[in-house]
Amino acid sequence: MDLRKKRKFINKVALTLSMLAMAFGLFWLAWILFTTLQLGVTGLSLDLFTKMTPPPGADEPGGLLNAIVGSLIMITLATGLGTPIGILAGIYLAEYGQRTWLGQITRFINDILLSAPSIVIGLFVYAVYVAQVGNFSAVAGIFALALIVIPVVVSTSENMLRLVPDNMREAAFALGAPKRVVVMQVTLKASMAGVITGILLAVARIAGETAPLLFTALSNQFWSVDLNKPMANLPVTIFKFAMSPFKDWQEIAWAGVFLITMGVLGLNIAARVLFRAKHKL
Amino acid sequence: MNAITDTTTVRSFKFGDRLFFNVARAAAVLTLLLLVAIIASLVYGSWPSIKQFGFGFLVSGEWNPPQDRFGALIPVYGTLATSVVALCIAVPVSFGIALFLTELSPPWLRRPLGTAIELLAAIPSIVYGMWGLLYFSPLFAEYVQPALAATLGKVPLIGSLFDGPPLGIGILAAGIILAIMIIPFIASVMRDVFAVTPAMLKESAYGVGGTTWEVVWNVVLPYTKVGVVGGIMLGLGRALGETMAVTFLIGNMNFFNGFSLFLPGNSIASALANEFAEAESELYTSSLIELGLILFVITFIVLSLSKLLLLRLSRQEGTKT
Repeated sequence: MDLRKKRKFINKVALTLSMLAMAFGLFWLAWILFTTLQLGVTGLSLDLFTKMTPPPGADEPGGLLNAIVGSLIMITLATGLGTPIGILAGIYLAEYGQRTWLGQITRFINDILLSAPSIVIGLFVYAVYVAQVGNFSAVAGIFALALIVIPVVVSTSENMLRLVPDNMREAAFALGAPKRVVVMQVTLKASMAGVITGILLAVARIAGETAPLLFTALSNQFWSVDLNKPMANLPVTIFKFAMSPFKDWQEIAWAGVFLITMGVLGLNIAARVLFRAKHKL
Repeated sequence: MNAITDTTTVRSFKFGDRLFFNVARAAAVLTLLLLVAIIASLVYGSWPSIKQFGFGFLVSGEWNPPQDRFGALIPVYGTLATSVVALCIAVPVSFGIALFLTELSPPWLRRPLGTAIELLAAIPSIVYGMWGLLYFSPLFAEYVQPALAATLGKVPLIGSLFDGPPLGIGILAAGIILAIMIIPFIASVMRDVFAVTPAMLKESAYGVGGTTWEVVWNVVLPYTKVGVVGGIMLGLGRALGETMAVTFLIGNMNFFNGFSLFLPGNSIASALANEFAEAESELYTSSLIELGLILFVITFIVLSLSKLLLLRLSRQEGTKT
C-alpha cells in the first residue's frame, strides 16, 4: 500500500471509531431513558401521589406521597438557604475580588467543591450536626443539600456576571450610582437569566442526590413534616426499595426513578433554553 | 439633584457600599471556610481510629466490625480499581466524541448531540445504579463476561484480570457504569479545549495536505494536551467519589480474593453508604469517617491538579494568541 492510501485508510478508521464513540455515548442514554420511561409509565398511578410508602408485605398498594412531599420540602429549603450565599459569593468574585488573592483562592476551592464527593458532604454534616444533636433530621439533610447548592450557584453567577459588558457598569457609575446599586440594579439584573439558569441546575443536581441524605435526613416510612425528625425523601426511598426483594417495592422505586429523572432532565433542558433565549448563543 | 452634594447622603452611600462589600466578601470567605471545616471535622471524627490504628490503617486489608479491627486497603483498592477501569473506557470514547463534535459533525447536529451527551451527566447516580443492577448486569453476566473471558482472558499477563464466575456485578461492572457517568465530563472539557485551538494552526496543517486525523493527532492534541489531561483528571475526581451507582454494582465484599476484575469488591464511598448508618461502635464509625477523609484527600489532590492544568492552558492561550 502506498503512503497516500495508508494515510487515507488510517484517517477513515479513526473517523469511523470517532463516530462509534458518539454512538456508544448515545446508546447508553437511549437505553437508560427507555428503561426509565417504560417501567416508570407502567408504575404511574394515582396511588403514587395519594398514598404513603408501604410497609413490607402490605396487601394494599402503596405510594410515594410522603417521599415526594419530603423531597419537595428539603429541596425548596436547601435552595432557599444556599442560593443567597452562592449569589453573594459570586458577586464578590466577579465584581470585587477578580484579582485579589481571596478571590482567586475562593474560585479555586469552589471549583473543587463543585466536584467533591457528595458523600463526604454527608459525613461532614453528620459530624458537625447529627452527632452533636443526637438524631437524624430533615434539617441536617437540608444543610447537606444547601452545601451542594452553594458551589453550583457561585460558579454560574460569577461567570454570568462577568459576561456583563463593562460599559454598563461605567454608565451606571457615571450617573453617580454607588457600587452596590450598580451591582444589584444593573449587573445582576442584566445577568438574571444566567443566574436563574444556575439555580435551576443546582436544583436539578440536588433533586437526585442520595449519598448526602443517607446519614443526615435518613428516610422515614411515615408521614412527617417535622424538620427535627428524619424525613422521607425520594432518593433514599428509591435506594431502599430498589435493593429490596419485594416486587411491589421495586415497582414503586421505578416510578420514583421516573419522577426524578423526568424532573431533573426537564430542569436541565429548561435551564439551557432559558440561557440560550437570553444570550442568543 | 443636590442629593450627591449632601454629605450625609454621601456618607450613607459609603456605609451601604462598605456593608454590601463585606456581606459579599463574607459569603466568599464562607465557601473557603467550608473546605477547612470539612477537613477539620473529618480529622476530628476519625481521631479515635487514627489513634488506634495509626499508619497501619492504610495498609491493613482487614475489615472486621465484630472484632473492631479495621483497615482501608480493600475499599481503597476498590475505589482505585473501579476508577482506573472507568478511565480506560471513558478516555478513548470521550476523545472520539470530542473529535466527532469538533471536526466531523455537521454544524446543525453539534448542539443536539452535545446536549445529549451532557444529559448523561444530569441523570442522577441512583438511576444509573438501579438500572445497572436490574438491567445492565444480567445481560453483562450472560453475554459480555463470557465473551471477555474467552478472548481477553486468554491473553497472557492480563488474562487473569478476566477470570472467575460471571456474576454481573463486581469491579468491572462498576467501572463500566462509572465510565458512562464520567464520559460527559471528560468529553465536554476535551470539546471545549479542542475548540480553542487557533484556526490558523489547523488550516495550515490542512493546507499542507494533512488528513482530519493527522490534524487532530499532530496539531490539535499537542496544542491542547495540558487541557486534555486536566479533563481526564476531572473525570477521575468524579469517578473516585461516585457513590450510589457503585454501591449497587460493586458487590460490597470486604475481603480480597484476587485481582480479577470479575470479582466483587468494595469502594470507600459504597462502604460509607452501606455501613455508616448502622455502625454501632465508636471505633467503627470513626474508621468509616477516616475512610471518608482518605477519599476527600485523594479527590482533593486529583481535582486540584485538574484545575491547575486547565488554568495553565487558559493562561498559555492568553499569551500565544
